[in-house]
Amino acid sequence: MDEVIPVNVNGRAVEVPAGCTAAVALAIAGVDLARLSVSGTPRGPMCGMGICFECCATLDGRPHQRTCQAVCHPGMEIRTDADA
Amino acid sequence: MPTHERFEVLVVGAGPAGIAAACAASSGAKVGLIDDNPSPGGQIWRSGKPAAGDHRADHWLRQLSQTKLMRLYRTQIVAAPEPGLLLAEYEGEPVELSYDKLILACGARERSIPFPGWTLPNVVGAGGLQALVKAGLPVKGKRIVITGSGPLLLSVAAYARQLGAAVPLVAEQAAWYRVAGFGLQLLWLSPGKLWQGTGYRWSLRNTRYLTGCWPTAAHGSAKVESVTFQLGGQTWTEPCDMLACGFGLVPNLELPILLGCQVRDGVVVVDARQETSVPGVYCAGEITGVGGAELALLEGRIAGLAAIGNTRDAARYFTARGRGVRFAAALNRAFSLRHELRELPDDDTFVCRCEDVTHQRLQVLSSWRTAKLYTRCGMGRCQGRVCGPAAAFLFGWKHESVRPPLFPTTVETLAGLPTGEKRNHE
Repeated sequence: MDEVIPVNVNGRAVEVPAGCTAAVALAIAGVDLARLSVSGTPRGPMCGMGICFECCATLDGRPHQRTCQAVCHPGMEIRTDADA
Repeated sequence: MPTHERFEVLVVGAGPAGIAAACAASSGAKVGLIDDNPSPGGQIWRSGKPAAGDHRADHWLRQLSQTKLMRLYRTQIVAAPEPGLLLAEYEGEPVELSYDKLILACGARERSIPFPGWTLPNVVGAGGLQALVKAGLPVKGKRIVITGSGPLLLSVAAYARQLGAAVPLVAEQAAWYRVAGFGLQLLWLSPGKLWQGTGYRWSLRNTRYLTGCWPTAAHGSAKVESVTFQLGGQTWTEPCDMLACGFGLVPNLELPILLGCQVRDGVVVVDARQETSVPGVYCAGEITGVGGAELALLEGRIAGLAAIGNTRDAARYFTARGRGVRFAAALNRAFSLRHELRELPDDDTFVCRCEDVTHQRLQVLSSWRTAKLYTRCGMGRCQGRVCGPAAAFLFGWKHESVRPPLFPTTVETLAGLPTGEKRNHE
């Protein structure tokens, strides 16, 4: 994971290790909140393995994607509820 | 029309059990291996990056890479429309998978116990932390407190420390005499594993390991900042950047239940050849009883060989499997959850994180079914995977049924359902 790739988190350019997931890109960007719950409380990645759906965000325009299961690609657009 | 693939043996789950099953079966059949994740290894060997020096993982991942079979990663099972057929989704597209024999190695997930503050960002699973770190999460210089139950806590703590995290505390809910008793069991049943335990102790020499200790609340507004613990009636608050909690493992039984496999005491019932109550459907690994990678590999080999009719070679692993099952039973007894943990949620604590259903709304209800009907508990995106085991622990509720789709899916995938499914709904 020495190589870095550029991604975009809530409109901000961030460099992340190649092969990392979008959930990791959020952490590197300093974004703790991935989504707001149905009653508006902050949530971030929890299970890390695709079970809990707490880390969902909009990836390349597709809403409700599990960031912990999505491997970053150069230029990936990650948008969280914090930015809504 | 969805893409259609046909297999003599189809294996669901590419963790240790599934890898061993697929490798064993490929000697005599056309095999497919499915996993939801982008790469094989399951949770323990996640991202093909096992812990340094895990020769067993190296061996099996290499063996898998040299085995002739069809790999279907990033693929999720959505439904089982008729016997011998699964409907899956790959990159938003429906895929039909038909099989003669099916081996399920769906693995396990973590059990989470609700307590005030457990929904705050940076409160993660213990295995969850390990998975995130393996996916690239930097932890260097982070202050991480680890709590819950079981040997996983120590392995996660050692791993985080190796990568430069400060781990001031590992809080184990089980009493010291149970943990100590388990140490003796280890010596008796599996000396190699005790050695692993003492190895952890060395790499954790600056970490406090407290038994009979559990979290009562996590604090913070935008994210977790500190955690209150209790030990023998005393409470204190630990500052942290992350809190990792894992209260044991829960088998992923959704698919075996959907297929009609008999389940007893929270695990799939199998015979000596790992075959379930549904002929031609085999189960291996954590779904037949949480027991770790070594046991999963044995069960996977047995299931793979049995599925291609090679019972004679399968029988060579029966004795070792028996030893593994006894070890697992000792482990599960030592780290069984104490009843005090049922008192952790307060009225406003969310039990269902998808639908934000509070403990107060649930405690007046009588069953999982009524909870779903009246509160939408368990009906959000995770489909009860997190709150289901939590509610089972808190209220003693049983899960009666599983319905497709097993995971949230697109209308397009569902529209690709073959005629069998449509018939059922007419």
